[in-house]
Amino acid sequence: MDNKIPAVTMRDITKRFGSTLANDKVWLDIYRGEILALLGENGSGKTTLMNMLSGIYFPDEGEIQIDGKDVVIRSPKDAFDLGVGMIHQHFKLVDVLTAAENIVLGLPGKLDLKAAAQKIREICDAYGFEVDPDQKVYDMSVSQKQTVEIVKVLYRGADILILDEPTAVLTPQEIDKLFTVLRNMRDDGKAIVIITHKMHEVEALSDRVAILRHGQFIGDMPTKKTNAQEMTNMMVGHAVTLNIDRPEPENPKPRIEVKGLTVRSMDGILKLDDVSFTAYSGEILGIAGISGCGQKELLEAIAGLQPVEAGSISYIDDNGGREELIGKDPLSIQQMGVALSFVPEDRLGMGLVGNMDIGNNMMLRSYRSGRGIFTNRKAPYKLAHQMVDFLEIATPSVETPVRRLSGGNVQKVLVGREIANAPSVLLTAYAVRGLDINSSYLIYDTINAQKMRGVAVIYVGEDLDVLLELADRILVLCGGKVSGIVPGRGAKKRDVGLMMTKLGGKSDE
Amino acid sequence: MFDLISFIPRAIMQGIPLLYGSTGETLTEKSGNLNLGIPGIMYAGAISGVVGAFFYEQSGGTSGFLYVAIPLVCSLLGSLLMGLLYCFLTVTLRANQNVTGLALTTFGVGLGNFFGGSLIKLAGAEVPAIVLSNTSRYFSATLPGADKLGWFGKLFMSYGFLAYMAVLIALAASYLLKRTRVGLHLRAVGESPTTADAAGINVSKYKYVSTCAGSVVAGLGGLYYIMDYTKGIWSSDAFGDRGWLAIALVIFTIWRPNVGVLASFLFGGLYILHMYIPSGMNLAVKELYKMAPYVVTIVVLVISSMRNKRENQPPASLGLAYFREDR
Repeated sequence: MDNKIPAVTMRDITKRFGSTLANDKVWLDIYRGEILALLGENGSGKTTLMNMLSGIYFPDEGEIQIDGKDVVIRSPKDAFDLGVGMIHQHFKLVDVLTAAENIVLGLPGKLDLKAAAQKIREICDAYGFEVDPDQKVYDMSVSQKQTVEIVKVLYRGADILILDEPTAVLTPQEIDKLFTVLRNMRDDGKAIVIITHKMHEVEALSDRVAILRHGQFIGDMPTKKTNAQEMTNMMVGHAVTLNIDRPEPENPKPRIEVKGLTVRSMDGILKLDDVSFTAYSGEILGIAGISGCGQKELLEAIAGLQPVEAGSISYIDDNGGREELIGKDPLSIQQMGVALSFVPEDRLGMGLVGNMDIGNNMMLRSYRSGRGIFTNRKAPYKLAHQMVDFLEIATPSVETPVRRLSGGNVQKVLVGREIANAPSVLLTAYAVRGLDINSSYLIYDTINAQKMRGVAVIYVGEDLDVLLELADRILVLCGGKVSGIVPGRGAKKRDVGLMMTKLGGKSDE
Repeated sequence: MFDLISFIPRAIMQGIPLLYGSTGETLTEKSGNLNLGIPGIMYAGAISGVVGAFFYEQSGGTSGFLYVAIPLVCSLLGSLLMGLLYCFLTVTLRANQNVTGLALTTFGVGLGNFFGGSLIKLAGAEVPAIVLSNTSRYFSATLPGADKLGWFGKLFMSYGFLAYMAVLIALAASYLLKRTRVGLHLRAVGESPTTADAAGINVSKYKYVSTCAGSVVAGLGGLYYIMDYTKGIWSSDAFGDRGWLAIALVIFTIWRPNVGVLASFLFGGLYILHMYIPSGMNLAVKELYKMAPYVVTIVVLVISSMRNKRENQPPASLGLAYFREDR
């Protein structure tokens, strides 16, 4: 293996965005018949580096060789011609087009969708995919869309595949399927790069890891010769403990009681069906489920943002007094101490205003508290400064528009603001979506600190491994119904995974 | 008695400028450019043709070919320049599309009236209008035999060549969008420029070409109106609010030029309905009839958003500038 010629050699690659150095003289080798895991924190330049290989960005300095020959990649088309295909974190698909139309997009020649469909079926048969060429993308699940993306690059004859956080939105079963396909492709002699944050995936899948930190190349090594602890330390630059704390809940009391909650979307689709549970103070209730199974509607119903068809949601205060939340407006629910921090897929969609700076975004929660007609501007900016320090938000200043921050930092602002409100109920969804390991642990610690304060935390997460380590109890949603509630301690990933796809989790095997 | 045989040709002739405008705007919008400058561009297309024709008529030209070619080429150039200006501002400089479009409309209307007024002065005419009857004769020449074939000739053959061209261009645009690779790429650019870019499609090129092509097509609508519909008479503000109606028509046809063929005739009919329905001396009723096309558009908007079918929605990135390295 050692004397193989690399499929891709990147040397001294440097890329700047304004004054930010995204990549600083990075070296990277990619081999055929091997899965390379590219590791690094948010903003360490992994995606930027791969974007230069796939022609989205153009490097400021450095050279790229493919199969030993110097190449210049100026556009995605150049990359395709050299056999490089990238599957982006945010899928690059046109919703209103069919799978086949998306796959042939950008190719020259006469438009012949029948021939394309035929070729797509051949690729699917070869690697074990399932794609219906005539299905519209907006009808597809996340996993199906990802499959279309992979087929798209294979269709172009790519034999160097880059996948940017491919597992972020998949269920454990879908991840297994994806890994099988990736191994098939590796055995077929293709070079594969995956960008990820999840250590266990690196260990399960990759043959070699390469690590970036703050835009610099730290090192690479065979996966077998390293372990999660060592890799994390290299990524972060100092020793990190990889255990998520789970203190025993102290004196839990019922705080939110949901009974028979039924919610219908605007189009009349049943989103939540007869959901009942109780969330206790001083406890983290994890909510697991494939995305779009009613998690969003559940949190929004509690926060008063979602019209409810039937059922009740009671808030129980420390003295046992009950209050019905349904029918209250979001503002009065918020004033009772229920805070919602929802991190949507595009991160900015809910809760933050992209063009406003961090301080002003803090003010969105406090602007009513000023005296007279003037708002109090000092307090929110002070809070912003504290948050930037405590959560290590990478920003030039608190006056920087939130839109300019990288995704992870935007999230810290959102979660930080909700926690700073000192709520009695904290609803959080996808708080660590796309965050690197260091920032994720910061957020877990913050959430745990809230729990110790006696806050009832409802945590919707996508990473099952984390849910299993963090949550005291896990409520599994499946198609808007409660598939089961299991204690977090001792729960098996496989069982929870099955409950996510099937009510009650009973398999037919 | 409602005289259909005379009403329908009039409706169609009213509809042709709208058809040009909406085909042009559809092509433009499919690339994600919301060009609200279409009314101005139609003015520019009209006045450019008028200027060309005016000087050729003044020079006493006799060539039939040049009587058609000069206004046509002038009109194409005039609207092309407007399209280029729009693209330069919104694609290259990434200015706000709504503001640019509205400015272009104001500019185009003013441009038309300014040069129109200058020509009227040059001609020294007594009425505030220019009459280009020589040019118009060629533009409004009907198909041979139109007056011999009774109602058939009147309904199908009594139009100038630009009218037939409008239908052909609309059908060709439909075919292009639906069946060809260029059309597929164009739709991708309008729906999701990042996706198109990652697939190796030159987004700026598609935006430029389709917006300029759209402007040129729309400009022909202005030319048709002056040279054929009004029989070569230009007067200030003559073209009216037809440009806006063309944009409404784009929504009405849910971005399908082939639907636009019949829809534009319907709009044309609604536009002149007030002249055919006896309303007595009450002018208010006439004004109500004039509202008909807009009311129909609103109804279509309501219905299409209620049905909420993804294919019937505007291109997803309509009105947004694209910059590759934007976050």
